[in-house]
Amino acid sequence: MVEVPVPKEKWSGKIGTVAVGSTPAEGGSRSSQLMLGGESGMPFLSYEGLGHRQRLAGEVLDSIDGVPELSVAPFADVAGDPAAWAKRWKELGADMICLKLRSLDPEGRNASVDEAVATVTNVLRAVGLPLIVYGGGNQEKDAHAMEAVSNACAGERVLLAQAEENAYKSISAAATANGHGLIAYSNLDVNLAKQMNILLADFGTKLDNVVMDPLMAALGMGLEYSYSVNERIRLAALMGDRMLRTPMCCDLTSAWETREATEENEAWGDPTERGAWWEATTGLAALMSGADLLIVRHPRSLEILMDAITELRGE
Amino acid sequence: MATAIEIFKHLPKKNCGKCNFPTCLAFAMQLANQKVKLSDCPFVSEEAKAKLEASSAPPIRLVTVGDGPRKVELGDETELYRHEKKFFHPTRYAIVISDEAGEEEAEAKLRRVHELSFERVGQTLALDMVAVRDDSGDDARFVAMISRAAKAGLPMVLMSERPEALRKAVKEAGLKRPLLYAATEANIDAMAAVAKELKCPLAVRSGDLNALADLAERAVKAGVEDLVLDLAPPRAKDLVERNTIVRKNAVKKTFRGLGYPIILNACGDERAVLKAMLSTMKYGGIVLLDDLDPAHALPLFVLRQNIYTDPQVPIQVKAGLYPVNDPGPDAPLLFTTNFSLTYFTVMADIDKAKVPAWLLVVDTEGLSVLTAFSAGKLSAESVVEAIEETSAREKSSKGVLVIPGMLSRMSGKLQELSGLKVVVGPRESSGIPKLLKSGQA
Ligand code: B12
Ligand code: SF4
Repeated sequence: MVEVPVPKEKWSGKIGTVAVGSTPAEGGSRSSQLMLGGESGMPFLSYEGLGHRQRLAGEVLDSIDGVPELSVAPFADVAGDPAAWAKRWKELGADMICLKLRSLDPEGRNASVDEAVATVTNVLRAVGLPLIVYGGGNQEKDAHAMEAVSNACAGERVLLAQAEENAYKSISAAATANGHGLIAYSNLDVNLAKQMNILLADFGTKLDNVVMDPLMAALGMGLEYSYSVNERIRLAALMGDRMLRTPMCCDLTSAWETREATEENEAWGDPTERGAWWEATTGLAALMSGADLLIVRHPRSLEILMDAITELRGE
Repeated sequence: MATAIEIFKHLPKKNCGKCNFPTCLAFAMQLANQKVKLSDCPFVSEEAKAKLEASSAPPIRLVTVGDGPRKVELGDETELYRHEKKFFHPTRYAIVISDEAGEEEAEAKLRRVHELSFERVGQTLALDMVAVRDDSGDDARFVAMISRAAKAGLPMVLMSERPEALRKAVKEAGLKRPLLYAATEANIDAMAAVAKELKCPLAVRSGDLNALADLAERAVKAGVEDLVLDLAPPRAKDLVERNTIVRKNAVKKTFRGLGYPIILNACGDERAVLKAMLSTMKYGGIVLLDDLDPAHALPLFVLRQNIYTDPQVPIQVKAGLYPVNDPGPDAPLLFTTNFSLTYFTVMADIDKAKVPAWLLVVDTEGLSVLTAFSAGKLSAESVVEAIEETSAREKSSKGVLVIPGMLSRMSGKLQELSGLKVVVGPRESSGIPKLLKSGQA
């Protein structure tokens, strides 16, 4: 009988590992610590090396102004209460919480930094899951807010988001000061992703603390660009580019802004099911192109993706 | 295609010049570039010819199912990653009808087949194939259901492990090139004989890649070359891994015996949609499904559209001035970019408003509004240039120009350069109907 070879690649590089969340043993209060990354091959090829399990962070918003209603409908009863929202995610089986402090935005509700910090500590107290914290999108105010969040979360090893090309110093300093991790954002481009990591490394941030976010464009909104950018980042890292070996985070929630995801149209099927699959499909493309961490908005997409990860890893 | 050096090895090395090139090596170089034909050299041996033909065959065979305008082409891929060039032949989806289906079920499935068709950025996204499965073991029923499903006008997959039933079905239903599914260890010889006789592509199935390669080899020896592989993966993990092994072996030429398109039978699988998605990203050719809810079909079809676009060329439309809803000179003028996604979104929204308007489509090399703006491919100057080139000012004489909300920072300069009154529209084009109906533009 013929013998079909397994074309296993001999990569010279390996994806780094970033720990998120500190348990009491590590000086924090999280119920578990999660490891991200560690792959020694392309996504889900067990014969090349799977690395750590890909993780799902449930999104919690401190303000749902302007967010498509359908996408947050399952959380309507906890919409004003981030701690309760986070608890719900824990019951649903999320691996982490991703808290977005949207209300900080001066063009929105313009909440004070103190209010935002209170929200973070409430969430920390409510659940033991590792945490990601985003600001409100205004660079100056976020710099200030992230410093306060960093102090309030001292010892918990959260992921602070996000470092950007023209705004990374203060957030990076804030993360380093209290031993937190960092999400490094770049705009859909291999070189920009690398540049961002170089800037951070030059600034003294250890890449063991960095998770990169190369911007996941949603299904139908440029997904193909992200798919290829992610793949190229991953290939470069495996070929030995040390500045691209950080684990990868993809935020899927923008999928809900694609019109076809939720528009009422009889011929297009149920909008909630369709919207959830829109987000989940974006997530599957992220996973197959190299993502280690996904941020999701809807419980149904969490369910689909959780099962997909288990299936893909053969667990 | 083989390299010049590989070809040279098989040439007679006489350097006689009969091929109109001074040396065999020069001729080999031309051959590698596909500038000349091998037959230009009168001295190549039959053996060398066969070897060269084999090495210049595409790594994955091109297999056609059905005929006519909706025939599907599978395989002939050359890449592992889409950014290396592109993926050529998209994954195809088929709905399976059992020959034991009652009247209502059959009707519902055929309606589904017909209804799964969507327009998106100027392309039609639709279901591609219909399959009929022999569950009854009764030839007459099988043939009757096939004849009925054939009316959908789509290429077909005939699912039966009884070669005689397949022969009868193809002949009686008068089908052209349906895919016969599937040959296994148990029936390979008889199946291959039927496929050869009817000139139909044949699927071969085994959950063991070595055994599958054996089956493929036997089919080829029996004279059937248009093969499709069913790798029978039990889990998503196996799907991704096996598809990757097959594709990579073929394109990297580490093993050529499985250089055929892949079919997945997701019937009766609770994760059918997931597996269809994974097949679409990871080298799948055909996916057989019990059914496909439109709420799943739309994201699936859009995923396929995204993955199979050419990475070098964004889908774009022609720049120019487009009339919408039959506009006259008093209709407002709006502008957008020539990225298909942007253009079709905006066009649909103006159309929805049922208000006549002129839409100026500026050439941004197929980039969206903000991408083009950030890349310097869309500026007040380029908009004014487009206005001049299309005589937009004469067509819409209101003296007003509506611009995308995301370009509000361009409004001052644009007003100055164009002499038109600039109205900053909404950020999302879904707000356009309201703006147009308000009469502010
Ligand atoms: C996919 C994408 C790309 C793709 C290109 C896709 C393409 N063909 O255009 C690629 C990867 C190539 C790319 C590259 C870049 N990108 Co880009 N990209 C995106 C992304 C993810 C989606 C863009 C998209 O397709 N939108 C969908 C279309 C339909 O939107 P649209 O054209 O704006 O149209 C809408 C509205 O404007 C409005 N509208 C349109 N016309 C009209 C007309 C009227 C009259 C009205 C009223 C309304 C209206 O309606 C439409 C639907 O609502 C966005 C981020 C995001 N999620 O939006 C970033 C984004 C646009 N990119 C950005 C940037 C900076 C770039 C780069 C310069 C950076 C880089 N990576 O190098 C390059 C430049 C390109 C180059 N040098 O060639 C920035 C722009 C920043 C800014 N605020 O100006 C964005 C916003 C990302 C970000 N958050 O930073 N990008
Ligand atoms: S005709 Fe054939 S043998 Fe003669 S030079 Fe050309 S390739 Fe060589």
